[in-house]
Amino acid sequence: MAATKASKEQKYDRQLRLWGDHGQEALENAHVCLINASASGTEILKNLVLPGIGAFTIVDGHKVSGEDVGNNIGRVSNVTSLCYTIVISNPCLHNRAQAATELLQELNSDVSGNFVEESPDKLLDNDPEFFHRFSLVIGVQLPEGTCLRLGSVLWNANVPFLVCRTYGLTGYMRLVVKEHTVVESHPDNALEDLRLDQPFAELKSHIQSYDLEGMEKKDHIHTPWIIIVAKYLEKWFSDHNFQLPKNYKEKEAFRQLIRQGILTKENGTPEDEENFEEAIKNVNTALNPTKISSIVEDIFNEEQCNDITAQTPAFWVLARAVREFVQNEGGGNLPLRGSIPDMIADSEKFINLQNVYREKAMQDASVVSKHVESLLQSVGKTSESISEQDIKLFCKNAAFLRVVRCRSLAEEYGAETVNKDEITSSMDGADGEMVLYLMLRSVDRFYQQHSRYPGVYDYQVEEDISRLKLCVHSLLQEYGLNVNVKDDYIHELYVWPHVQLVIKIITRQFVPFNNTFIYNAMSQTSATFQL
Amino acid sequence: MADVEEPEKKRRKIEELTEKMAVDGEHMGSGDWDGRWNHVKKFLERPGPFTHPDFEPSTESLGFLLETCKILVIGAGGLGCELLKNLALSGLRHIHVIDMDTIDISNLNRQFLFRPKDVGRPKADVAADFVNNRIPGCQVVPHFKKIQDFDESFYRQFHIIVCGLDSVIARRWMNGMLISLLSYEDGVLDPSSIIPLIDGGTEGFKGNARVILPGMTACIDCTLELYPPQINFPMCTIASMPRLPEHCIEYVRMLQWPKDTPFGDGVCLDGDNPEHIQWVFQRAQERAANYNITGVTYRLTQGVVKRIIPAVASTNAVIAAACSTEVFKIASSAYIPLNNYLVFNDVDGLYTYTFEAERKENCSACSQVPQDLQFPPSAKLQEVLKYLTENASLQMKSPAITATLEGKNKTLYLQTIASIEERTRPNLCKTLKELGLSDGQELAVADVTTPQTVLFKLKLTS
Repeated sequence: MAATKASKEQKYDRQLRLWGDHGQEALENAHVCLINASASGTEILKNLVLPGIGAFTIVDGHKVSGEDVGNNIGRVSNVTSLCYTIVISNPCLHNRAQAATELLQELNSDVSGNFVEESPDKLLDNDPEFFHRFSLVIGVQLPEGTCLRLGSVLWNANVPFLVCRTYGLTGYMRLVVKEHTVVESHPDNALEDLRLDQPFAELKSHIQSYDLEGMEKKDHIHTPWIIIVAKYLEKWFSDHNFQLPKNYKEKEAFRQLIRQGILTKENGTPEDEENFEEAIKNVNTALNPTKISSIVEDIFNEEQCNDITAQTPAFWVLARAVREFVQNEGGGNLPLRGSIPDMIADSEKFINLQNVYREKAMQDASVVSKHVESLLQSVGKTSESISEQDIKLFCKNAAFLRVVRCRSLAEEYGAETVNKDEITSSMDGADGEMVLYLMLRSVDRFYQQHSRYPGVYDYQVEEDISRLKLCVHSLLQEYGLNVNVKDDYIHELYVWPHVQLVIKIITRQFVPFNNTFIYNAMSQTSATFQL
Repeated sequence: MADVEEPEKKRRKIEELTEKMAVDGEHMGSGDWDGRWNHVKKFLERPGPFTHPDFEPSTESLGFLLETCKILVIGAGGLGCELLKNLALSGLRHIHVIDMDTIDISNLNRQFLFRPKDVGRPKADVAADFVNNRIPGCQVVPHFKKIQDFDESFYRQFHIIVCGLDSVIARRWMNGMLISLLSYEDGVLDPSSIIPLIDGGTEGFKGNARVILPGMTACIDCTLELYPPQINFPMCTIASMPRLPEHCIEYVRMLQWPKDTPFGDGVCLDGDNPEHIQWVFQRAQERAANYNITGVTYRLTQGVVKRIIPAVASTNAVIAAACSTEVFKIASSAYIPLNNYLVFNDVDGLYTYTFEAERKENCSACSQVPQDLQFPPSAKLQEVLKYLTENASLQMKSPAITATLEGKNKTLYLQTIASIEERTRPNLCKTLKELGLSDGQELAVADVTTPQTVLFKLKLTS
């Protein structure tokens, strides 16, 4: 047992550094369903099997064809074909679902694979609840009718649905999830939470303990820049009516003030004080007023945050608890994050300063914890239902919370509810990816009408082009879209692999796109739309 | 009635073409089955408004792809495995792959051509075996070597080179090699001497793919500033003022290990040896405890010692896909290639951005113009060395400087061979004047970042 755990840690080492052990646990507890083990489908699963998804089930009623085995213009992998030497002689005998399952299993023995040799339409007819058991369903190359039916079942069961389609050199992904909450969004360039504009009591008294004018040189050059900025801010406040330096001119004056504090040598030239240079450099960001972002404010104002019941998910209970903190003990601020960046300083000064922030963060988190406890009690639940670890994680990430809500497929496709504004405004230039979206929708119509995709056979190309044009026009008319789709696009349509999205949904880390992603392999460009 | 006949005629035409291919025996013979290349054919045999202006759809394009086109893949790791899979599946049969590494268990979360039983074997060999066994007709030739082990005659044989490397130095070396293959007639570049270089890189959830036409478009060195500098902590922090757990680890790695030689004299710290990492981990914890620093873990220790970059399968799949798309486009001339740099990031949503990286007029690698070096005659050679390593556009690692003095080639300073380093070390403290260098003098500089020496023109300022 120990051996397996250690070797798993080694195997997954490179990805554990991205989403941590708890993220990996979420992944290993997940069970995803793939409908259609086509080229893109198997590529998606490969990228979930390799990092160790708990289980997958493939739903596919097709037999393997010669095309499956040879497919790919290099951007999609068909694991099926990679391993298909045995079947070459009679490629049409094997069921695609089974073949794909066996080959994917080979990639990672930690994962359990299953398959159902059935078309999704049959399952929707006979046993729609089959899909309720999954953490997420991926539908690849589904005809519009099947897609909408499945979409409605999954929407009502609150199962996230990822629709993927490739056609020619176009890739398309649509995320359908009612509500997806993210605590660890891992923002790229987050501002630090230093509270220099309103130092808390413990920080104030720590700053007091420094006497910049009276200290020895070796201490002066090793004083953390946070202390330096705080000290000079005190001076500035007393001269400027407690107003922060606001514009460039004032910030520049403040920087000069700090510069004057640099010690001088006997000959009058300034000492080399890197910590003071750091302070000057950080003036710009360090003096930002502490405030809560509008995204987080919106979260606090949500209905789920207001009405806590026994069914309320942990995210909203925690959000409410933090809101209580903000409105009471926090004095309008979130719980302190508790981390500070590295800076020039001697070990002792740095560690002491770091501990001031850490201890305050722990204090704030335990106050939030009390709010969590009382909220849970008020709906008859025990405090064990939300762990201390989760509370701490939530507090640390309070400034970066995100909620993603997607519109349902029914809303996207409905004539009354189609997002006309997004479509029309994105059609600017008529060369963007939105055109490809309209083309894909038209291709779907074509399939509905002719039970095949346009241009499958060489001899049909000419006629299919005019049939497709009719589909485009009927689509635009139905939606009352006054846009122009160039003939060129009707002539031409290729794949994108992609799957990090599934991992984001399952681990609840990082932020998924909302809700449509289109990739144009010809120009190697892409765009995201909210439809 | 005419309608019925028309499709008949067209269908017969396609059949004739297919038969012709079979008779030629070129690409239907080697294990191809019905429908195998249908998808590829649709791209090569049909014109479209977005195809390359010079593209002529024909059945011959498929022939070239399958039989003649020779591709070199550099790296059989995260990107390399994906690249090999993509290229082989799109019909390319003549593929070479170079990789100097052996398989480690931590590769298995994304380098899917490898299995647990392959740990310890050379990546190039295992990757080639896998592809050759599973894809009929494909002939991947592996090379368990460094890229520097090959010379121009090797690289010249390829139509396109794709890189999935993990170091900027290696990229620059490859870049320099392809530039050295360019031939100019009367100052005009001979296009047949250009070998396109498609370069991919990934890190966590970020990645990039670029197309380089050496001598024509921006090369690696033209955009050196795009590469983030390596994080190295200042020595004084490590030695006497640690604040972070990383500082404690670096202390043990850089100072304590050479002093204690825990596994014997001259035994270097091997990041892949768990016993070595364990030793570093424990000592780092002790040091951290002395300074009340928390956070030293085994995972952090390994990450710092090996400079580990996090990696997942999906980012590699995306970037390899972008790169293979470009290989296909260029090999088939069917579409206009990426012009010329794609950036990908899926931390927040899914983001791609494409732009045209510009050539640098005075690029030290591809501009053909000797670089100026401006120094006063009183400057010491040491300063020249510092400039060569610290300048953002040059970023050399351990430059060796030679000059022609009194008709003879004289090595002014060379770091990489101990005996020569010792002999030339005193030159570092001598001034350029003392060394006998004159204004306008040419200096030849060699470095790991380039297979060719770089010529500089010394300008002595007053």
